[in-house]
Amino acid sequence: MTAAPAAGRPRLRTRLLGAQPIGALFALPYLVFVAVIFAYPLGFAVYIAFHDYFFTAPGVDVPKPFVGLDNFASVLTDPQVLQSFRNTAVFLVINVPLTVVLALVLATALDSGIRWVAAYRVAFYVPYLTASVSLVGVWMLLFSSGGLVNSVLGPLAPNPSWLINSALAMPTIALYVTWKQLGFYILLYLAALQNVPRERHESAMTDGANAWQRFAHVTVPGVRPVTTLVLILAIITGANLFTEPYLLTNGGGPDGASSTPVLLIYQQGIQQQNPDTAAAIGMLLVIVVGMLSLAANRINREA
Amino acid sequence: MGHRRSTWVRYLLLTTAALVFAFPFYFMVVGAFQQAPTNSPESLVPTSGWTLGNFAAIDARIDLVRSLVNSLIFTVGVLLGTVVFGLLAGYAMARLDFRGRGATWVLMLLVQMVPFQLLMIPLYVQITRGFGLGDTYLGMIAPFAINTTAVFIFTQFFRALPQEMFEAARVDGAGELRILTSIAAPLVRPALVTVVLVTFIGPWNEFLWPFLITKDASLQPMAVSLANYISNVAQSTANPNGAILAGATALAFPVVILFVLFQRYFTASDLGTAVKG
Repeated sequence: MTAAPAAGRPRLRTRLLGAQPIGALFALPYLVFVAVIFAYPLGFAVYIAFHDYFFTAPGVDVPKPFVGLDNFASVLTDPQVLQSFRNTAVFLVINVPLTVVLALVLATALDSGIRWVAAYRVAFYVPYLTASVSLVGVWMLLFSSGGLVNSVLGPLAPNPSWLINSALAMPTIALYVTWKQLGFYILLYLAALQNVPRERHESAMTDGANAWQRFAHVTVPGVRPVTTLVLILAIITGANLFTEPYLLTNGGGPDGASSTPVLLIYQQGIQQQNPDTAAAIGMLLVIVVGMLSLAANRINREA
Repeated sequence: MGHRRSTWVRYLLLTTAALVFAFPFYFMVVGAFQQAPTNSPESLVPTSGWTLGNFAAIDARIDLVRSLVNSLIFTVGVLLGTVVFGLLAGYAMARLDFRGRGATWVLMLLVQMVPFQLLMIPLYVQITRGFGLGDTYLGMIAPFAINTTAVFIFTQFFRALPQEMFEAARVDGAGELRILTSIAAPLVRPALVTVVLVTFIGPWNEFLWPFLITKDASLQPMAVSLANYISNVAQSTANPNGAILAGATALAFPVVILFVLFQRYFTASDLGTAVKG
């Protein structure tokens, strides 16, 4: 160690740069990453959405005029876009309540000192860990016209079949995503259940509360903050569907009945080369998700 | 009596749910090795018709090994970036007092809130046109290069170490990089395993981004190759079901094996930290 430096200077330096200014150097790669991968594209997305932006050959510089809210206006009057948001609403109405209820019930059952917990846990987490492309391949076969599900249902099988039926395509996707993601939410609830004090259950028991009453009056209020988190994450997941409609229903079919905003961002922005309206859809989607998340947060706090 | 009945209900509930959850996997793995994957409940437990032909059939169209190697390169690239730069950033956030630390923390929280889908178009323009990284591994890796969730996990683990240890090392004249590499990092080895698990499933399973930026089939990771097979090739094949299930099994298994081996590191509290920030 070198001799102590003169009294006044290190204190000034410490005040300006902190006691270990080298920390900024350690964090620098991460900060550069955030600037290049998040901050700049975020600004760029806003820029594209407010300009008549199009792809040009490399090196060609064509003016891309500012068009105000034009892109948003054309997106909001596009029946395809409105349908994709309606489809997302159908998805959320099915997926979110199912996710919250099933995850909490199964986590509570797992938490009550049961045998073979590890085996049950593996069964629940494996869909969450596995690539959606793999699982979509399996569901496609299970739910196809002559697939296993229909042959079990026999005369009850829907016609047209699940994935090519405009009333059932989106609900089937909602069921698929609920199944795929549930393990992650069970994991979050299991952590939250550890923090519900045992005494509360015990005092409810001495008051003569049965299992259901304890679940409703001790468990549910005890995990409320995590329920808010689960609601928000489920809403975000539901708003960002791409792989499922792209593969499971062959590009949002039938006839757009399972198209989603992100699928349209891909189709309009990259396939049809209209990045400006695609960016506008992206911004609208983020605004809608933000509002829904705030609403979920508020409703759950008041409940 | 009431207690015993509720235990029984619990087992029934959990077992039913577990069977529903596990069934599609059973269907996938059995079908992958069947000459004709079943569509009827009577033949769910096949006793004959076993084959490896499905793997050969899909391999003839999408080059399984090449696709899996591409997935591995993509994933290892992300893991390296996340472990090296994530450890540095996490250590700085937890243990170093520097100007801008508070702002960096706020930035980390904001990054968790920006959905990738909003960035999809500008990132695509920037990486393929701006940087000319379309159809490269680097372009595939770049958007995932440092997993912010991992930085959070490292930060929490470094924070839990005793302050005196760091003070003693500093008094002994150790530089911060040396403290990190020879004292702090070895002590957070469980965090390292958690980070590897949590980070691994991201790029390995990712479909949208590599799908956007790779047109060259020889660079496509397994998720993209399999998706192309399902949406383009399968219709023109006589018996595609077995091949689809074989491809699905090849893509799913590395993750499942990794997870089963390291299950105890994949705990709720670690992930809870990560999600809540």
